[in-house]
Formats: sequence, structure tokens, C-alpha cells
Amino acid sequence: MKISLGPILYYWTQEKLLEFYEEIAATPVDIVYLGETVCSRRHIMRLSDWLEIARMLTAAGKTVVLSTLALIESESDLKSLRRIAENSDFMVEANDMGAVHRLAGRMPFIAGPYLNIYNQQTLQFIASLGAKRWVMPVEMSLEGLQPLQQSRPAGLETEVFSYGRLPLAFSSRCFTARFHNLPKDDCRFLCIDDPDGKTMRTREGKPFLVINGTQTQSALMYNLLGDLDTLRDAGVDVMRISPQAEHTAEIIRLFRDGIEQRTSPETVMQQMESVMPEAACNGYWHGRPGMEQMFLASAVQHE
Amino acid sequence: MQPEYKLELVCPAGSLPALKVAVDNGADCVYLGFRDDTNARNFTGLNFDAANARAGVEYAHAKGAKVFLALNTYPKSHGSERWTKAIDQAADNGMDAIILADPGLMQYAMKTHPQLHLHLSVQGSATNYEAINFYHEHFGICRAVLPRVLSFAQVEELSAGTPVELELFGFGGLCVMVEGRCSLSSYVTGESPNNCGVCSPPKAVRWQKTSQGLESRLNGVLIDRYADDENTGYPTLCKGRFEVEGETYYAMEEPTSLNTMELLPELLRIKVRGLKIEGRQRSPAYVGQVTRVWREAIDQCMKNPEGFSVKPAWTAELGKVSEGQQHTLGAYHRPWK
Repeated sequence: MKISLGPILYYWTQEKLLEFYEEIAATPVDIVYLGETVCSRRHIMRLSDWLEIARMLTAAGKTVVLSTLALIESESDLKSLRRIAENSDFMVEANDMGAVHRLAGRMPFIAGPYLNIYNQQTLQFIASLGAKRWVMPVEMSLEGLQPLQQSRPAGLETEVFSYGRLPLAFSSRCFTARFHNLPKDDCRFLCIDDPDGKTMRTREGKPFLVINGTQTQSALMYNLLGDLDTLRDAGVDVMRISPQAEHTAEIIRLFRDGIEQRTSPETVMQQMESVMPEAACNGYWHGRPGMEQMFLASAVQHE
Repeated sequence: MQPEYKLELVCPAGSLPALKVAVDNGADCVYLGFRDDTNARNFTGLNFDAANARAGVEYAHAKGAKVFLALNTYPKSHGSERWTKAIDQAADNGMDAIILADPGLMQYAMKTHPQLHLHLSVQGSATNYEAINFYHEHFGICRAVLPRVLSFAQVEELSAGTPVELELFGFGGLCVMVEGRCSLSSYVTGESPNNCGVCSPPKAVRWQKTSQGLESRLNGVLIDRYADDENTGYPTLCKGRFEVEGETYYAMEEPTSLNTMELLPELLRIKVRGLKIEGRQRSPAYVGQVTRVWREAIDQCMKNPEGFSVKPAWTAELGKVSEGQQHTLGAYHRPWK
């Protein structure tokens, strides 16, 4: 089982970003996805800056993939997409069918989690276009995944979003700008002040969702480390960890410990508690509402 | 010779009576779904069985209107025969097009019924011409319904880059999220538009009178709380009031309806092909009223686009049936974003 680090979903300063990836280079992560996937207005990093980080990580033995925007609305978004799709050094994760259109038949690509691949026919179609790996939609369960695994085209890898705040929705509206009573066109890039997003609570104070610009995430931390055995049994090849502002390197190490069975799932989940900013959830994997937390498969009998 | 350009009014039909009312009041097309999770308005008591669908097609065709089948959820591997069967049935019934989101189904439809017209559903999340052209090249889709997230300038830019006809939402409920890219509902209830054809499903809703006010909950999560003098709204979870850093407000979207009537001359100028009215879950009375108003507006605008203005009477009429009694141009008007 390989570990991947998903693209940073937040807007971080260049300094924080460079420091972060220096630290990541020294962790036991196998694959690193790089690039801005959430908002086309975020502009601190140019493609050349990402490529520099990509080369540094490659030199450290990591496989690097460049991720594309999930919501492509304008000609200038398409221009950035084409620049990424035409790079000759790194594989690309397509997060929109427009990106698949640019990549299909030209180079192997990764089918990202936002492409809505829910069944065998669609998976086979995407594989026939040159997908080398696909990322399951976050709301899919183990039961939903199994038939796709059974008829999976030869050589196609499966990746599952396994840790982090769930990327639940995209909008063209910026909710961070809305919070500040600013129009998106004059957002002043204030999301840079929220390296983990802004928590949205219910009126009784329970953490519910997280605002990250145009993206809405879960407030709870999706965590499938305790479900590792079922992921392994289902033939999942890659577990994806989504970056958070603090402790990401530690989380990668804990996942590695769990995968290599150096520690029991129960112990690793206990160790995770101190590095998770909010409580865990894993409902989706169990075919339940995503916000629910089911007990460890090894510790409890399901209904 | 090019066929004459016409903006089609595409109206919702949640039942046979609604379909008839839409056709009688001037809909050019009606769209409907079967009575299961193959469509994105999978509500109890709504939609068509096989006999009703056949009767609906006959009624519409006799009066010169087209019928589209909404088959716009994503089948899971288990049970995908429900979707392919629905495609076969649409072909048998002589429906004029199927509205699809799932590539696997498009492939099936294209191979099995090559004569069927395919429309890309709004649930397909195609927000740029590269994505639309992708579906066009692989499956020959002839029309794409655009997610309600683009500004008008972006729609215009997009239309120049694709041979595919465009259909836009003109009126009705407003999704603030990109359709097909929202799992908020399954996060809370287990069911979402993509996987079950529902958002914030009624079975998960609870209303409770408390000392702090009337509370609406979705699977236990507090979506809103109303003071005695406030109008209540259905607890669609993106339209609740939440607290961010000490401020309680509609953090995602107010309960409003989309209304793009004042953009009609612009839509004609860039030759948008379909103007879609949302609301298969609404009553035949709603469908009749909205269809009548939009028919009149489109006809007037086609006759004289330069002199077109929205009549206050139309706005008043539509205001009566809007969610939250408010209208917005949504994303078509840039500052909404």
C-alpha cells in the first residue's frame, strides 16, 4: 500500500509552502500531488514555482503529480490547464472533464476525485482514455467500491481519500469573501489568513463545515486508518492524506506505521488524536452519512 | 439552410397533470423522470411510471411539444440495469432526448440507441467548453445544461468555443454549489444528488418547537432556528444559518430563487437554445403559472429584443411562487459570487 499526499487545498504563503514541502521530502510518503485545485484567483505560486518543488521532491525519491483546478470557468483557467497538461516532466491529475479532454490519448493521467466515477462502465471508459490511476469519489463506500475493483482494467490503480477534511463541495461563490462582506473580484485574498480554513458551526456551537474560499469541507477529519484492513482487502493501492496546517508529517508517519503493522490500528488511532484538529469521522466508507464515526472494524461487530 | 433559431422554453413535469399544464401553457419541451433513483428529483409521490410516461409523450407530441427524460444520477455498479432499462424505455416511448450525467450510460445509449438525442445534464458539472466538447466527441451529445455558477460573460465565452447547443436555468430553486460537485447532503444524511437523486431528503428532516424558537434539523444537525415572527424555509442544508467566528448568518446562501428574465435579450443574442425552469417537485399550479409568464416574456423578447423590458406584472406573478419571495440573477450577475 502506497501513501500519497494530496494537493494543499488552502492558500498558504510561499514561505509556509516551501517549508512544508522541505519537511515532506523527509517523510515516508510515496506520491505527492502539487498545484492549486480550488481557486484560480490564488496566484502566489506560478507553474514554474510548482515545478521547482516538484524537482526537489523527485530528487528526494517521491513521485510527483501535478493537479488541475476542479472548477474551470474561464479562458484564462483553460490556459493554465493547457500549460499543466502540456508539461513533459510530470504526470497530471485531471479534476475536471476538460482536463481529461486535454490529456486523453496523449499521456497517462490520474483521474481525480471530482470526476464522479461511480460504476464499472465509467471506470473502464476513463481507463481506455489513458488513466493510470483513479481516485474514488469521497462519498463512495467500501461496498460501492468492491464491484469496481473486481472488474478493474489491468494495470489501473485505485486511490482512496483516507485522511483530512473532506472536500465536499465547490461553488463559484467565495464563502470566505462572503464572510468578509467582499465581492469575490475584490476578495483581497483573505483566505491566506486561514491556513486550515474557517470553521462553520451550527447555532448550537457544533463544528459542522469548513469554509475554504470557493470550497466547502467537512469540519470533522475523515480518517480511514482504523479501516486499513478493509482497504487492503479491497485491493486499494494508494491512501491519500490531505495536508493540514500542522502535523502533516507526523500523520504520514502514523499511516506508514499502521500500513506496515508496526502498531495496531487501535493504538495508531489513539496516537492520531493529538494531531487531529477535530474529531474523526469515517461514515462514508461504511455506507453511512459521512459525518458519522463507526467503530474500528476489528473492535466491533457491525449490524 | 440553417433551421430558424428559436429559444425553447423547457418546463418541469413531476406528474402527468403538470406535464399537461406545461404543454397547454406554451412549453416547447417538458422534462420528466421515472419513479426511482435514476433522476435527481427522487421524491415520494413524484414522477412517472411507464404508462404515464407513454401518455405524457403522446399528449406532448400531439400538441407539438418535445419530451426529455431526466436520467441524471450516477448509477452504482449494483442495480445499474434500472438506468439502462430507462434508456430503452425512453427510446421505445419516442422521447425526444435523454438528459444524462454518467459517461458509462452515455456510452450505452449511444451504442444501443444511436438515434436517441443525448443532452449533458447539469449534474455533469461541465463549466467550460473543453469539458462539453469532451462529451460531444465521445458521445455526440447535442445539448449541454450549464451549472448555475457561470457569469453571463463566461457563458458567452463558453458558447463561442463549442458546437453544442446550450441550455440555461432561467427560473426556480438555486443551487449555490456546482451541480454534480456537492456531497454536503450525503455528508449529513447519507444521500446526495449524485448517488440517490435527492438533496436534504424529507425523511431526514425534523421540526421542533423549543424555548429558543422553532428548530429545523437534518439528521440531527441544526440547520436553522426561527423566531416567532420569521418565515420558515425547508432546511436545505446550504440555506441554513450558521455561525462563523461569532457571526450567525446565511453562511452559504439565502433562501432565494433564480430569475434571469431581464437577461433574455442577451440569451437570444448568443443563441442559447434552451431556457430551463426548475421545479419538478412543485405543483401543477406552479408549473402552469411559471410557464405562462415565461412564454409571454420569451415571445415578446423574440419579437422585439431591443425593446424588451420585464413587466412588473410578470415579476409579481413569479414572486408569488418563489422560494423565500426573493429573486436573484445568481452567478450570471458577477457580484453574486
